[in-house]
Amino acid sequence: MDWEALLLSVKLSALTVLFLIPVGIVTGRWLAYRQFYGKSMVQALLAIPLVLPPTVLGYYLLVSLGGASSLGQLLERLFGHTLVFTFEGLVIASIIFNLPFAIQPIQRAFEAIPREIREAAACCGMTPAKVLWRIELPLAWTGIVSAITMTFAHTLGEFGVVLMVGGNIPGETKTIAIAIYDRVQAFDNESAAVMSAFLLAFSMITIAFSYLIADRNKNTYG
Amino acid sequence: MADEAQTAQGIQVKLIQAQPIPLAIDLHCQPGEVLAMVGPSGSGKTTVLRAIAGLHHPENGSVKCQGEIWQDSASGFYLAAHQRAVGLVFQSYALFPHFTALGNVMEALAHLPKILRKERARELLKRVHLDGLEDRYPKALSGGQQQRVAVARALAREPKVLLLDEPFSAVDQVTRRRLYRELNELRRSLSMPILLVTHDLEEATMLADRLCILHKGVTLQSGPPLEVAAHPVSATVARLMDQQNLFTAQIISHDPLVQKTLLRWRGLVLEARYQPDYSPGSRVCWMIQSSSVLLHRRNRQSNGDRENPLSGTIIEYMILGDRVSVRVEVDKQLQIAITITVPVHVARRNELGYGEQVTISLLAEGIHLMPFVKLRGIRQQDELIG
Repeated sequence: MDWEALLLSVKLSALTVLFLIPVGIVTGRWLAYRQFYGKSMVQALLAIPLVLPPTVLGYYLLVSLGGASSLGQLLERLFGHTLVFTFEGLVIASIIFNLPFAIQPIQRAFEAIPREIREAAACCGMTPAKVLWRIELPLAWTGIVSAITMTFAHTLGEFGVVLMVGGNIPGETKTIAIAIYDRVQAFDNESAAVMSAFLLAFSMITIAFSYLIADRNKNTYG
Repeated sequence: MADEAQTAQGIQVKLIQAQPIPLAIDLHCQPGEVLAMVGPSGSGKTTVLRAIAGLHHPENGSVKCQGEIWQDSASGFYLAAHQRAVGLVFQSYALFPHFTALGNVMEALAHLPKILRKERARELLKRVHLDGLEDRYPKALSGGQQQRVAVARALAREPKVLLLDEPFSAVDQVTRRRLYRELNELRRSLSMPILLVTHDLEEATMLADRLCILHKGVTLQSGPPLEVAAHPVSATVARLMDQQNLFTAQIISHDPLVQKTLLRWRGLVLEARYQPDYSPGSRVCWMIQSSSVLLHRRNRQSNGDRENPLSGTIIEYMILGDRVSVRVEVDKQLQIAITITVPVHVARRNELGYGEQVTISLLAEGIHLMPFVKLRGIRQQDELIG
């Protein structure tokens, strides 16, 4: 078991969740409640990571984060070094790659709140901020939990994007999924089996947990 | 704020918009009064309520409530929903599913100090006969109980106007009758204007002090229910009030001495109440309520029998609870029929039934005239809106 790789993966997943969930709440709510010209284009763009091969996305991120692009140069000035093959670069790539996993469950959850319930809250004298805090977030909670677990589990197991953008630098960009690949390449099947079993069990537990929360919510309020 | 608004009582609403549905609304409701907005679906009733609550922003309009201005397009003033003291009971009740009955009411009590909220919420639930069910979630309440929570929540904010959007449509008939009684009892203790949206005329007549008839976003007529039913301003209003006996005729003459107006109706001459606004020779619409149609006793004459007597065959006989609706065809060729409703015992005593011959009298006092329109046209419109 490559503990360093596991720890790095957990750190990457946690940071991705931390940055992405607020983005998911703002964007998901916006997409759920607003109708605007070009909405389907925006949704298509955000869903691209679901269908694009991770290596393709990784390639574009590598190019755009690299020193040759203007975005890359800007980020380089900001961070003091180039972001490709670094942990910060991985976090950015991971946030972009996980956008649909965070936004879609949250968007569906906000969409499921009847408009009249939000309006009733306003008629009770609640300001829009209070409606969000007291009514919308508690009712969209299952979607948010689902987004957290999906993003976390998905980041933990991501391979293609990480390899393209981060490479395989121990302690910096070598995540557990890369470590498994690394071990198989070195004919160390035993380590690969232990780590794979760990990822499998972890994924099962997180998904089951998110279903459990959704079910409990449904039984209480549904 | 204008002086006029500060002294104004009740609620005054004027709304004009072209989109998404055209509106031309002008209505008012006094404190303690129940005003029922009645009209077919799509007539704009709910939109008016939403505009009053601040949930819909019409292009032009003014909403003034108990001395406060909520909307004034002329000066560009518009208060958001949470800044208006409204109590709104939604058709679906829109209870917060993650709060108990007590929690739902407490959410609308943010204007009170925290320690007082629970007690006040309990009081409100008791007032709507829900004591003992405070800790239930909406899911575990029946339709009628949910409606009561919604009413308690709407009252919690001490609203300046209470808005009820078809509040009885989602419950069964037995529960509905009980809720009618409860609302009637509750309203006596309320001092704010109450606006009730409904498409059920019987409900509106039972609960409201005044009706406001809406059609295609326009307020056609306001007045006490019985007055609107007896004297609609137009054939459209008569049709919306479910008037079955609506026809066209031509004015023959007016006789101010005997206070009568004579009408020619399909070859017959009818005597009507004196209504000199319509000039002789002009065409009019006319109607008569069932209560102004006299059924002749088979073997005994009575005083009213001489007024506009008509003979015909019963072509429809329907028992509606303790009354019977009878359609009497007075001219088979022209397929003209008059509908009357009589108590079941009257129908039995007179041996009424399908195919029986009867004689009826149209009391002149009950014949009400309205400006002429093609009736087929209104019927088709109504069916389209249906």
